[in-house]
Amino acid sequence: MPHVAARARSVVFVEGVRTPFGRARPDGLYAHTRADDLVVKAVRELVRRHPELPADRIDDVAIAATTQRGDQGLTLGRTVAMLAGLPSTVPGFAVDRMCAGGMTAVTATAAAIAMGMQDVVIAGGVEHMGHHPMGADAEPNPRFLTERLVASDALVMGSTAENLHDRYPELTRERADAFGVASQARYQAALRAGQIAPDLVPVALRDPERGWGLATADEPPRPGTTAEQIADLPTPFRAGGRVTAATAAPLTDGAAACLLAAEDVAATLGLGARMRLVAFAYAGVDPALMGLGPVPATQKALARAGLSMDDIGLVEINEAFAVQVLAFLDAFGLADDDPRVNRYGGAIAVGHPLASSGVRLMTQLARQFTEQPDVRYGITTMCVGLGQGGTVIWENPHHADYEEQA
Amino acid sequence: MSTSTQATSGAARPEHVTHAHVRDVPLGADLGTLALVTVDNGLDHTRPTTFGLAGLDELHGVLVEQQRRAAVGEIVAVGVTGKPYYLAAGADLTLVGQIGDDAAAREVAERGHATFRLLGELGVPTFAFVNGAALGGGLELALSCDYRTVQADVRALALPETYLGLVPGWGGCYLLPRLLGVAGALDLILTRPLANNRMTDAGGALAIGLVDTVIHPADFLERSIAWAADVLRGVIAVERRPLDPPEVWDATCTAARTTLDARLHGSRPAPYRALDLVAAGRDRDRDTAFAAEDDALTELIMTDELRAGLYAFDLVTRTSKRPVGAPDTALARPVRSVGIVGAGLMASQLALLLARTLGVPVVMRDLDDDRVAAGLAAVRSAVDTMAARGRLSPSAANRLVGQISGTTALTDLARADLVIEAVTEVLALKKRVFAELEDVVSPETILATNTSALSVTAMAAGLRHPERVVGLHFFNPVAQMPLVEVVRTDASTDEAVATGFAVAKAAGKTAVLVADRPGFVVNRLLLRMLAEVTAAVEGGTSVTTADAALRPLGLPMGPFALMQLVGLPVALHVLESLHGDLGDRFALSPGLRALVEQGRRVVAERTGHGEPPVDPSIQEVFGPVRDTALDGPGVLDAVLSGLAEEIGLMLEEGVVSEPRQIDLCMVLGAGWPLHLGGIVPYLDRTGYSERVIGRRLLPPGVASVLRA
Repeated sequence: MPHVAARARSVVFVEGVRTPFGRARPDGLYAHTRADDLVVKAVRELVRRHPELPADRIDDVAIAATTQRGDQGLTLGRTVAMLAGLPSTVPGFAVDRMCAGGMTAVTATAAAIAMGMQDVVIAGGVEHMGHHPMGADAEPNPRFLTERLVASDALVMGSTAENLHDRYPELTRERADAFGVASQARYQAALRAGQIAPDLVPVALRDPERGWGLATADEPPRPGTTAEQIADLPTPFRAGGRVTAATAAPLTDGAAACLLAAEDVAATLGLGARMRLVAFAYAGVDPALMGLGPVPATQKALARAGLSMDDIGLVEINEAFAVQVLAFLDAFGLADDDPRVNRYGGAIAVGHPLASSGVRLMTQLARQFTEQPDVRYGITTMCVGLGQGGTVIWENPHHADYEEQA
Repeated sequence: MSTSTQATSGAARPEHVTHAHVRDVPLGADLGTLALVTVDNGLDHTRPTTFGLAGLDELHGVLVEQQRRAAVGEIVAVGVTGKPYYLAAGADLTLVGQIGDDAAAREVAERGHATFRLLGELGVPTFAFVNGAALGGGLELALSCDYRTVQADVRALALPETYLGLVPGWGGCYLLPRLLGVAGALDLILTRPLANNRMTDAGGALAIGLVDTVIHPADFLERSIAWAADVLRGVIAVERRPLDPPEVWDATCTAARTTLDARLHGSRPAPYRALDLVAAGRDRDRDTAFAAEDDALTELIMTDELRAGLYAFDLVTRTSKRPVGAPDTALARPVRSVGIVGAGLMASQLALLLARTLGVPVVMRDLDDDRVAAGLAAVRSAVDTMAARGRLSPSAANRLVGQISGTTALTDLARADLVIEAVTEVLALKKRVFAELEDVVSPETILATNTSALSVTAMAAGLRHPERVVGLHFFNPVAQMPLVEVVRTDASTDEAVATGFAVAKAAGKTAVLVADRPGFVVNRLLLRMLAEVTAAVEGGTSVTTADAALRPLGLPMGPFALMQLVGLPVALHVLESLHGDLGDRFALSPGLRALVEQGRRVVAERTGHGEPPVDPSIQEVFGPVRDTALDGPGVLDAVLSGLAEEIGLMLEEGVVSEPRQIDLCMVLGAGWPLHLGGIVPYLDRTGYSERVIGRRLLPPGVASVLRA
């Protein structure tokens, strides 16, 4: 009997949700909440929003975390599936590409769907940076330094941001500060416009000293931030540097998850489609200039899709640092305040719980697609530690030229 | 009420104050704010949240503040939940057990009411988010709210008050019949507590209407809050049943009273007080009903029955976890395989228990293939039953069956770390078994006997290594009975005894250290009781009178039903054995011997509630009834005097180190009721201890009211 051949299928983004983000501090929102519990809440919300999806149709659960130990250990995808009450027949695995962990969970499972090996998956990420400070448990191979594989400061993300300022002198602190202020303002406007809350799943919080509470809103944003307020902030990564707390994403706890499906399966099950995946790419850059990663990744993805930046109507770029976004904008000739970019603000305001941010970008892009049916294509892109970038290009199903692929 | 009491610890301890934290939760722009109250004693999950006066005051203050906020429109609802694993376990019974006057007792009752009733008087809807165990006052806290959600994994919802000697008196007797109907309420208030304090789980609670919805543990609080919001929006409507009609109410309560009488014969006050409160509650208003609950609680808190109940409950739940006199647990030898000599009724039960709980291979050895096959068949049948009831997975059942093997060759026990003999109760036979075993097993193998009355020392005499012999007296039925008497001889090493304790603990049993004296604790006292009863009958008391004579004690069954349960031949054998060892206090009974020889039953087959009474036709074996013989009170007096005397002797002989151990044995090994405290508190409070042995056995206040 001949085998059934693998076949390429279109993949759609059905739904994305995230927890409210909390400050990674001893008095932060999630100081007493487990990381795995955060992503469990997101997974359950996805399933709850789609009662038409039989839970046993979920073919895989891919959950990313940068530090995979403690409450982020034990093969998160599988443990999260079990803790979320999914049938024991649903498998799962854990993913890591640092900041692009969630994005990689999406693209890896999307690839499996496209190949016809899976129909419906849950992909997501979580990072409790309060429980798992960045790189705290890492034991970098001494060869990195002895063989000068990387510069000595390449493992300190803030230093790589300073390096970008050095590399491109036109990326000034003033531009970065202005971008940081704009990020806060855009987030506030989006919040007020009701564009943030619909994607949040509330999380119960227990504080032994204060009892139970409920997280329903992001904790990191600093509304009303002005250029004057931040002009004199210290530069913690370098004396006389340019990167400040106002132009870097705060340390954050949070989780995000999404539901992906083959387009035909989504149609059959009535899941709906909020975005169609067009192309994705990852690229490496000099680790000391980590923040440049989105540039080659986006070029690669655009080339594969046969598109150019002119075709892209919306950009969700992770704001690890303002300077890194500015470098991307300059590379593609976009203005610092281009209205297509980070319409809801970005990680500088809302926070960046490493492995979950990729899915947050997608979830927000999906909402913008609904709001802007005139936009045909959008991208989600982010830089990654040790000199990488990742980009996913999405198509808007609400656009007039969108053609369903059955 | 609580699962944590320290009533017997003597010194008063301060209240662990349960705090009431409040945090505001936004329900959405259309609704407003829910004030979420967490009750939490600040201790870890091994220390349940309970309420003393200070904790009630704090909660009261918090609720009054919410009442104010509700009045000015700051909040639209109030939720109450607990720390992980507990909503609350009710009143702090340690403090209750220390109360020395009526006024303090009444204060506990009234303060609870004054606090909990606020949850019905806040001016906004109230929700209990039952995230964990809710026992006694903890469940009444939930009942006081307008709505209840429960986390799906919660297994401990109960009103154990009548089990302990109280009534659900913080609103339970009044509110529960309104919520569930009177029949459902009486099931929770009386039937389940009296069925060894059976708990209700989340699914069961939903089925009877105790809670309004069951929510997955993964996001219980989040979804509970969302559920509450939907109730406030009117999206979810919760139906409440109408009040049961008076004739249903009365008939149900009357039937319950008949059942209670059949079970308890009026032996303890609390269940009757609870029934009275429920029966009268239908037409009472809240104030009147709560005042009646206050009266009942005040009276019951000041009863010796309650104090004995708290003492005994503490013994079985807390003290028992640290067995008195047990050697260091580190001395226990690892038990990686078990041998059992015999394949009879006890042997096969022991094999199954140890294979299941220790998870090790068990070899049963008997003399011929038929007996071995019968023993293995008994194991398989028991495993099949457990599997059919869903208590064992197919794999676990296969594992169990595969772990238990049978043999006729004693040499197949050679590699066992522990061998338990369970052969016929004949000393010479048991001696021979041990002697043969010693040639086969290693010198370190622990040899244990399951004898119920024979001398362990005598069994070990003549062995090359008598120091590795201990008694492990399991009770029949082995799977259900929670007690093991661990018998230490003068020769037993700490290692052997520690291993015995370790095995008992691993088997899920409570172990009590006893000296190698005839009948140990449970059988010695049960047989002393039966000997007094048969002596009375032999002396001309009618079997019917003698059978009914002990009812005021509220024992789980009458003396003849007990004989029937253990088996007349066994009862006779143990009686004669104790007579031989301890003398005429255990008088021989020709009538009992005749019954055994005739193979007669002494009670009818059990049907329905209560134990069946004695079959009057057995009177013929005891001869005619004589007017000069003991009447019922006389029999009871003889039994209690006999028990007091026997306990005095047992303490002198050092059978156990202290009276508490006797009570622990009688509660767990004989099912004697909590309100007797086992038996010692009862003998103390009725004056038998002083009259018969010249002194109280427990200081006043330990298991009795010590008035200030």
